[in-house]
Amino acid sequence: MEALKNKVNELLESGGIAGFLGLRNFGSEPFPFLFTRDTAAEVEKITTGAVRYPLSKILIRIAAVYPDAIFGIMCRACDERAIIELFKNTKLRSDKVITIGISCTDDLVQACKCENPQPSNLVSGEAGKKEFDRSDVQKIASMTLEQRFDFWTEQLGKCIKCYGCRNICPVCFCDVCTLEDQPLVKRGEIPPELPSFHLTRAYHMAGRCVDCGLCEEACPVDIPLRTLYRRVRESVKELLDYLPGEERDKVPPIQVLGDGLFEIRD
Amino acid sequence: MYYECIPTTCTYCGCGCSVVLQVLDGHLVGVLPGKTNPVNEGSLCIKGWTSHEFVYREKRLKNPLVKKDGVFFETGWEEALDTVAGKLKKIKEESGADSIAALASAKCTNEENYLMQKLMRAAIGTNNIDHCARL
Repeated sequence: MEALKNKVNELLESGGIAGFLGLRNFGSEPFPFLFTRDTAAEVEKITTGAVRYPLSKILIRIAAVYPDAIFGIMCRACDERAIIELFKNTKLRSDKVITIGISCTDDLVQACKCENPQPSNLVSGEAGKKEFDRSDVQKIASMTLEQRFDFWTEQLGKCIKCYGCRNICPVCFCDVCTLEDQPLVKRGEIPPELPSFHLTRAYHMAGRCVDCGLCEEACPVDIPLRTLYRRVRESVKELLDYLPGEERDKVPPIQVLGDGLFEIRD
Repeated sequence: MYYECIPTTCTYCGCGCSVVLQVLDGHLVGVLPGKTNPVNEGSLCIKGWTSHEFVYREKRLKNPLVKKDGVFFETGWEEALDTVAGKLKKIKEESGADSIAALASAKCTNEENYLMQKLMRAAIGTNNIDHCARL
């Protein structure tokens, strides 16, 4: 933690950044906070915490008000993957964001089944060990089509349409959301139309989902959303050789499809 | 440039979910679910997710209104409370205490709800007290 504090203070004092978005202990609990030169005394309370808030999504909001400012941001590996996608989708500018990597505890890595808990530019802690746990996806894949359909009908049928999965998602940034499109999605009706509501979101996650799992964490009825999006993520990798958030310089498929560069085969 | 998160409790119902108010340059810009709270464990319902939206709404009631000749007029608390107290007294005298009932609110604290039932039972003299969540 001392290394992180020193790094943040150094960046703020040198004027390299206008603010550093991280977690601050408020009472005994960590919440997002923007450390600036005016609030430098608060850096003492900075924490990496055992919880995850969508910091990259919060940064979009702040950067929209201060487009010329350079910000530092505390990054777990999942935050960094999201930020890479946000650069590509022009929601954040790579010359205006400095990522400061922090490690996740082994418990958190396990709970998240995180395949890549190792951010670049690691300042605080040691990089966690990777967890290759695809058991959730494999379990569904081993079902017959009928079982699979029943499974998802039951799971998605629990939905109370809180929009939490979309609201917390770091790569859900559209000004207009198709999930609120009145002719498509009836207001005041739960569960929403099955399975189109959730599959629409799943399709929109293709080429974007960075497998952070915040959606599943935010779901009040424990729908295994991440399993669904993981499958979509794997399809994108298989068909289009693209893993969102992993490759900084690779053009996302959504930007090249249609030019005949890719051919999707069965 | 100032951004902070202020943890508080959702005012929509009696569950008591933890919401985190996002404040950017003194302006409430959004909410997040409290991740460390055992009540909601990082989740919210749609009301919780939009619980900040009423704050700057034009239609938000900022002063008491009193109806005169069928039309609402903005007024001060003195007049509003005098009107309510006067009418409650009159109804009680004319029709008895049990002709009055009150609905307390999930948007209030326990203590405020306690005072509401106290007012009904001790001051008005009726057991007609219930709660909006049972409507």
